[in-house]
Amino acid sequence: MRWFHYAAPQTFYGLAGAWIKPLAVLATAFLVVGLWMGFAMAPSDFQQGEGYRIIFVHVPVSWMSMVIYLAMAFWSILGVVFNTRLSGMMTRALAPTGAVFAFLSLWTGALWGKPMWGAWWVWDARLTSELILFFLYLGYIALTSAIDDPRRGDRAGAVIAIVGAINVPIIYFSVKWWNTLHQGASVSLTKAPSMATLMLSAMLVMAIAFWLYTIALVLYRVRTIILQREAHTDWVREHVRAHAPGGLA
Amino acid sequence: MNWTHIHWASWSDFWAMGGYGFYVWGSMAVTFLLMALEMWQARQARLHTLNQLQHLMELDAQDAAAAPAHTGSAS
Repeated sequence: MRWFHYAAPQTFYGLAGAWIKPLAVLATAFLVVGLWMGFAMAPSDFQQGEGYRIIFVHVPVSWMSMVIYLAMAFWSILGVVFNTRLSGMMTRALAPTGAVFAFLSLWTGALWGKPMWGAWWVWDARLTSELILFFLYLGYIALTSAIDDPRRGDRAGAVIAIVGAINVPIIYFSVKWWNTLHQGASVSLTKAPSMATLMLSAMLVMAIAFWLYTIALVLYRVRTIILQREAHTDWVREHVRAHAPGGLA
Repeated sequence: MNWTHIHWASWSDFWAMGGYGFYVWGSMAVTFLLMALEMWQARQARLHTLNQLQHLMELDAQDAAAAPAHTGSAS
């Protein structure tokens, strides 16, 4: 099957390499436009004044922290079902970015909560489940890096990735299921957004920028992991000969 | 949409963020700092891996030179 061909580490290494630069360029373009819309053009909020502008990073990083975990679970399921080598490598490449975004979600949330609610932190269902997500990322990274055999590490990590994914819908629906201090969703598929068009567009453009950044960085990182794992193969040796900084005459 | 419309009256207005400057800029600064660190770290990891693999290949080449024929006899 074609998919398995692309999932071969050597093929994927080349494909990923070709995509990184265009993705990075696009990510930068969306970031510049999103920041311009959010920080130059967008009006003040009638309740929160200029403080609401934290939303332009808070919502994109929070979305990505959830999406990346789902992507890790997806790759882990593929790894368990088809036993493909690439799956574990992709899951590992995703984890650091997910951890950073989960942390940033908490950080920007604290800086938003303080002026609006009067508290950096509350043990609210939304905040607590996001904190658990951050710990799941740290747990995944600690576990996989503690196991010397990479394939065994992948399998152990897959368990955390798959089981922990239950937390993602909990985070998402927490504002509906429980009476949280955290506000409800500003954007949903089923009802009209509760934001001005320009604010909403700026936020979505920023979200696209963070998606593109994530994909580019994860592809970059997975290439390094592929080199490490496939170090014994001829193609990696050829590649190192051509690309090593020291140069091997 | 008017792309040249700017909401702020002045730069100081912009930096003040209506009194929320600390919170808004504290969010932005840490976000972009961590993203920059992440990119730097990924770059370091790639260079480190390439160097390490190159070093291993040099060792292999030395071994091959020291024992040109692998006869299979234990030495």
